This record gives sequence, structure tokens and C-alpha cells, in this order.
Amino acid sequence: MHATALTGGFAEAPQDAARAFRAVMNVMARPGLIEVLTGAEPPAPMSRAAGTLALTLLDGNTPVHLAGALDCPDLRDWITFHTGAPFAGREHAAFAFGEWDDLLPLNGYPIGNPEYPDRGTTLVVEMPALETTGATLRGPGIKDTAALNLPDPAALQANAMQFPLGLDFFFTCGDRIAALPRSTKVEAA
Amino acid sequence: MYVAVKGGEKAIDAAHAWLAEERRGDVNVPELSVEQIREQMTLAVNRVMAEGSLYDPDLAALAIKQSRGDLIEAIFLIRAYRTTLPRFGSTNPVDTEAMQCDRRISATFKDAPGGQILGPTFDYTHRLLDFKLAADGEAPEAPRRETQAGPVPHITDFLNKEGLIQTEADSDETPRDLTREPLELPADRALRLQSLTRGDEGFILGMAYSTQRGYARNHAFVGELRIGTCAVEMDIPELGFAVEIGEIELTECETVNQFAGSKSEPPQFTRGYGLVFGQTERKAISMALVDRALRWKEMGEDNMGAPAQDEEFVLYHADNIQATGFLEHIKLPHYVDFQSELELVRKMRAEAQAQTMPEAAE
Amino acid sequence: MNQEYNFAYLDEQTKRMIRRAILKGLAIPGYQVPFASREMPMPYGWGTGGVQVSASVLTPEDTMKVIDQGADDTTNAVSIRKFFEKTAGVATSEETAKADVIQTRHRIPEEDLREDQILVYQVPIPEPLRFLEPRETETRKMHALEEYGLMHVKLYEDISKNGAISTSYAYPVKVEGRYVMDPSPIPKFDNPKLEMAAIQLFGAGREQRIYALPPYTKVVSLDFEDYPFEASKADHACDLCGSETSYLDEVIMDDAGGRMFVCSDTDFCHSRRAAGHVGAQGVPFEEDAA
Repeated sequence: MHATALTGGFAEAPQDAARAFRAVMNVMARPGLIEVLTGAEPPAPMSRAAGTLALTLLDGNTPVHLAGALDCPDLRDWITFHTGAPFAGREHAAFAFGEWDDLLPLNGYPIGNPEYPDRGTTLVVEMPALETTGATLRGPGIKDTAALNLPDPAALQANAMQFPLGLDFFFTCGDRIAALPRSTKVEAA
Repeated sequence: MYVAVKGGEKAIDAAHAWLAEERRGDVNVPELSVEQIREQMTLAVNRVMAEGSLYDPDLAALAIKQSRGDLIEAIFLIRAYRTTLPRFGSTNPVDTEAMQCDRRISATFKDAPGGQILGPTFDYTHRLLDFKLAADGEAPEAPRRETQAGPVPHITDFLNKEGLIQTEADSDETPRDLTREPLELPADRALRLQSLTRGDEGFILGMAYSTQRGYARNHAFVGELRIGTCAVEMDIPELGFAVEIGEIELTECETVNQFAGSKSEPPQFTRGYGLVFGQTERKAISMALVDRALRWKEMGEDNMGAPAQDEEFVLYHADNIQATGFLEHIKLPHYVDFQSELELVRKMRAEAQAQTMPEAAE
Repeated sequence: MNQEYNFAYLDEQTKRMIRRAILKGLAIPGYQVPFASREMPMPYGWGTGGVQVSASVLTPEDTMKVIDQGADDTTNAVSIRKFFEKTAGVATSEETAKADVIQTRHRIPEEDLREDQILVYQVPIPEPLRFLEPRETETRKMHALEEYGLMHVKLYEDISKNGAISTSYAYPVKVEGRYVMDPSPIPKFDNPKLEMAAIQLFGAGREQRIYALPPYTKVVSLDFEDYPFEASKADHACDLCGSETSYLDEVIMDDAGGRMFVCSDTDFCHSRRAAGHVGAQGVPFEEDAA
């Protein structure tokens, strides 16, 4: 195990995780809202926001899927050391991390079932940029409309069509984070 | 002149002080020590450990002292403490065949290898109040005898040699954990047994009794009841083998139940199973009966609509900490909900009155 | 702050599990997410679900408010507030506007909540269909199939028997046109307030369920065209502060039938009186305080 695995965790886990969760919850409750999320320093190429989210939500009960460049030994060691989350293929993942193209196809992830729709995967998408422009968002958590530069509005529109089943998304870029739950109706700009 | 009620905080502090005083009772009477409770109220301690799901006689005795002898309150204290403990790992399953038995009886065979041991039982005591005990509780030493060393085979194993009793499915799968995952139905047998072993003794007893009286009767005999200590072992990955980390007292009951057989299977006996912390045989026997009743589907039996066959009913209502909390919460203020009912009833009465007496309303 | 226990009492693994459930609850508004509720040091039925949710969302910088029946000083509210002072070291306040997290039993504060506030409800029976169908296995199917006919039949039977829907609290709502949800035993007077700017989280400890309403989620109280939903309250003004719009408690004053009506939201009443409002049986604020 490389030494980087042991560093970059929360300085004060209970308090840091509590603050991080507040930001994570705020963005999930308000699709399109961008918040700053810091506290962890994951090894490259994972963003600080995605790393902080990982330490806030992952543990031995959450199979995690790393896609593309994120599936590297440094990051695997880091996640193992700090969270103990087991690695899994996308079909068993509770959480999946990666860039959009690496995470595709979306139909490989669990979307829950009618009795337990909550069992759908949460995808954490690393983005080159995060802006409140682009696709128009409507639905719970949004007063009138919101906007976010979604990677593929059509795919996310299709995801929302499956409601109450479906996937939930976080979008991260550096130390910033936004979210798109399955309940949000997406309209391409 | 009405002033909004204030002073809830003061009232709570005063109530707690009063409670502490009442717990202590008459200060001219010597205080009870935790050791005294542990040693002389052992069966209460056992029940608190079993339903509190934490094997620690000292803590259970402390809980009984703190709760003034209210065992459900004591169980609650233990449960609340238990959830704050970090979990370092899981032990291997205990081997009850290797139990050092203090008691071992069978209702199905007069004798069996290993012998019957009555042990410290109330069974044949005449239930006459012993007034001598009020003045002097010292007991003469009981006669002793060397016990035979080595494992004591289960009596149902003898039946199994002839294929007379159904073999239980063996699995190395880690059972799901009721205390770490929400209960999801249908529950498998391991989960049901977990729920029963920490369930309320009175509830499980009532359920078991109902099966005896005909609500899904399953003709149970106590194939074997054994009480004694078992070693608890844990695999230490760094060592590559299991080490003994302590021992616990357990009560195990296997019932032998009738099974009619089917076209494909010749008749065979079936079992119910009970395993509980401490010397708790009423609970262990009850548990075995309820376990057996809950197995109706797997045994291809009819659903008689009996309460003890109803997994959802039994599992959702067996826990006395859940039950007592919800029951007692109705003494909390409900001004707001009650007020809304009050308004509704007044309004509906007014409307009804206006309809029946239109003249009067004018 | 008490160092024997972790920040906000719960261990980190439990908080993570609850936090994940909260996120799924927010993503599927009105759907009850199962969670492995822990035994808390207060009894089931006394707010253990709300306490676990609050413990999982509180940050060290937060100010917390706890109300029961709208009041900060009811015994159980006092007890829960003390618990968080002791285990999380958070500041507490009785003022609705100053609170970041408000845990409530049976009421929504009169004052509109803001976007940066979180309202946590204690829920006894989260399943709105439970009193029509006691089996969890059945009600879960009914939600899955969006089969809510039984609920409408029940409400309609009320009307035919009593001339009105006889549910006055815990009045069922439909969330975003999909899930029928129990808003907890708030009076139906509070139902219209369920559409609000704050995040609403519902915790049922004994029943092991968490559900949520993101801000501005569409929440409709079930009704019929010919019997529309009506948010009712006692036809009085508060006798202390004179408010005509707040939900009222009825207080029995003597054994000769004397009674008065006072705001159930004690902070609301207090701040109105501090601002100079006086009800029919009230006295000016300064005199009372003296």
C-alpha cells in the first residue's frame, strides 16, 4: 500500500463529516444548486469534492464502482483505508465514481424495484466544469426552474422517466458539487 | 389570569431527584450491591442479558438496580448502552455439543449417552413460601460429583441416525443482523430466531402457549433441554486460528415435532429450536415452539391463520422495548391532535343539530 | 459537551447509514426509506426517529430548536433539547428564526421557514395506509402499484357516515402526484404549510423509516371535488396575543366551563406579545414578564 493511502482523510471525522453532509444534502435537496465540498484530499485523479463525498457516505456496507481513470491502485487503496467499502462491478454498486463517458452505459446499474426504489445506484460524475447554465430543471427542490450544465440531458431525461425507480447523480468539479435526483425533470437548453 | 405553562425543565429535574430517592428506599435498610443482585437475582440478570442482547452480568445487575427492579426498564438501559459499543468483529458459532452442562433433560428418551442432569431447577420444588428464608438465606452445600468430560451429543442426533428427524440445512453464510439492518419480510429462519431470542419472554410464552392450545398446534416434545457454559471463540486473522475469548452460559432447547410426511417424503419428525443467554428455560422452550410454528411454509403445512404462524405479527410485536415505548408514548402531550379532533366533533355536532332542528337554527 | 459519546451521540457508521437514507428520501419525495434504527437512550415512540435524523444532520455550528405540540417548554421537548446540548454541544434557541435545525412533534411553526432551515419531524406511524391495512408486506405493494383506492374509499365512507372527512390530524397527502404520505400527526391546519422553502425530514425510529420533502415539493391533501380539503382551527383568536391566524390550544380555566384559547406555537405567541399585541384575556407583555 502506497503512503498516500494513509493521508487525506478527515482531520476531525465526526465534525468534518457532519459539515460535508450538510453540503451534500443541500445539493440533493435543491437540484442545480452548487456548493463547496471540502475536507478530504484524495489522490489524483479524484476531485476533492468527490473524495469528501466518498469519506462522508461510504463504508463496509456500500459496494463501490470506480470507472475509467479513477479505477487506479492509489485511489483503491485510499478508499479501502479510509472507508472499507468493497469494490464491485456496476451491477452491484451502491455508489459509482468516474467521468461521464466512463460511467456509461447507464442501464448497467441497479435502479431499485417498485417496492424498494431506494436501491438504485448513486453516481458521482467528475466534470470538467460545473455551471448553473444549460439544461432547465424542474421538480421537487426547485422553486420555479434551475439550470445545470448536464453532460447528456437526454440520458438524464430518460432516467427521470423511470421515476420512482432510477439513478441519482452528483456532479463534482474540484471542490464543488451539485446533484440531480431522479425526481428532477430535465429539459435540454 | 392565565400564564403560559413554563417550568418543564424544573419539573423534570425534580422528578429525577424524587426517582433517585425512591430507588434507594428507606435509608435505614442497607443498600443493595450490584454483586448481590448479580449473585442472588441471577434469573432476573439472565433475562435482562437475553432480552438486552448483551452478555454482561455486572451491567445487567447494575441496570436492575438502577431500574428499581423493573426488568423491561433494565433491558432498555442495556439496549441503549449496547448500541454505543463499537463492534470489533464476530465470533465463530458456539458449539453447544461441547457445552459444560449444568442441566440436561429429555422428554423423549428415558436415558441417553451423557445422562440426564436435573441441575438447579424449580421443577420439583413445592411452591410453598419458605418463611425460614426471610430470616436466614444461607444454604447448605449441595452434594457434588465429578462430571464426565468431553462433548455431550444432542439427543436429536440419535433420532437422526435413523433418518427419523429432518436434517437442518447447513450453511456457512453469515446471517443477516437484525440490529444493523431494517427488518425486511419475508424473514429467513436465522433472522426469525434472532428476533425471538431477544423478544419479550411473556410475549413469546403467550405465542407458544397458543400453539399448544390449538392455534397451529404442532405437537412439541422437549427432545432436549440443556443449560451450561460454552466457550466463545474468535478467528484472529493475524494468527490464522481461533482463540477462546471467554465463555457464556446458554440455554438450548430442541423440540421434536410431528410431521405427516408427503407423497415424496416418508414421515419424519421435525424440530423447533431455542437458544437464549443464561439460564432461561421458559424462554428457550417457548422460542422453540414459536420457531416451529413459524416454519409452516417450509414444512408445506397449512396456514391456519394462527397468530404464532404469522411471521409479520410475531416479529413486529415481540420486542418489548419497541412495544413499551410506543405504548407509553400515549401519555405524552397530544394537545394538538386532540384539539383538532375536538374542533371537528364540535363542528359535526353543530351541523347535525342544525339539520335536525332547522327552526331552532333560524 | 460530553466526551464519553461521539459527536451527536450516534457512531459514525450509524450516521452514514442514516445520511444515505436521507439522500434517497430526498431523491424520492414521500417514499419511506427503510433504515436500521438504533436503540436510543430515550424510549421508542418518544422521538427516537427524529433524534436520529437530527443527530445525522446537525453540524457543530448549528443552533437547534425543539418543539412538542408547538411549545419549547413541554417536557419531552426539554428532554430532547438537553440531549443535543449534552451530546452535540450545539447552541439551542426557542426562537424559530434563529434555529438552523428544528425538531418537532405534531406541529409546523407558524412563522414561515427559510431555505437555510431544516425541519425534522418525529413520526410514530409513518405508513399512511397502516390503519387500513396492518400488514407491511401489503402496504408496501400498494405503494409500489400506486394502489391508493382503499384510502379514498375510507375518506369517502367518512363523508357518507359523518358528512365530513373525520380525519383531523395526520391527514394524508399526495407528494408530487406519486406517493401518499403521512405528514405525522400535525393538525390538518398545518397541511398547507408542508409546501415550504425549508428541507423537511421525517424520522420514524421504531418503525425504521425515513422520508423527506425537498423544498417546494408539491404536497396535496387528499380530498374530493365536492368535499374539498379545509384547513380548520378553533374559531377564536388567541386570548394572549390576539392572533387570528395561528393554531390554538384550548385551556380549561375552572370547573365552571371557563376556558381560553392560546397559540400552540409558544415562540410565535411570545414574539407577538413582545411586539405589543394583546389578546382578549392577555395583559401587556412587560407586566407579565415582571
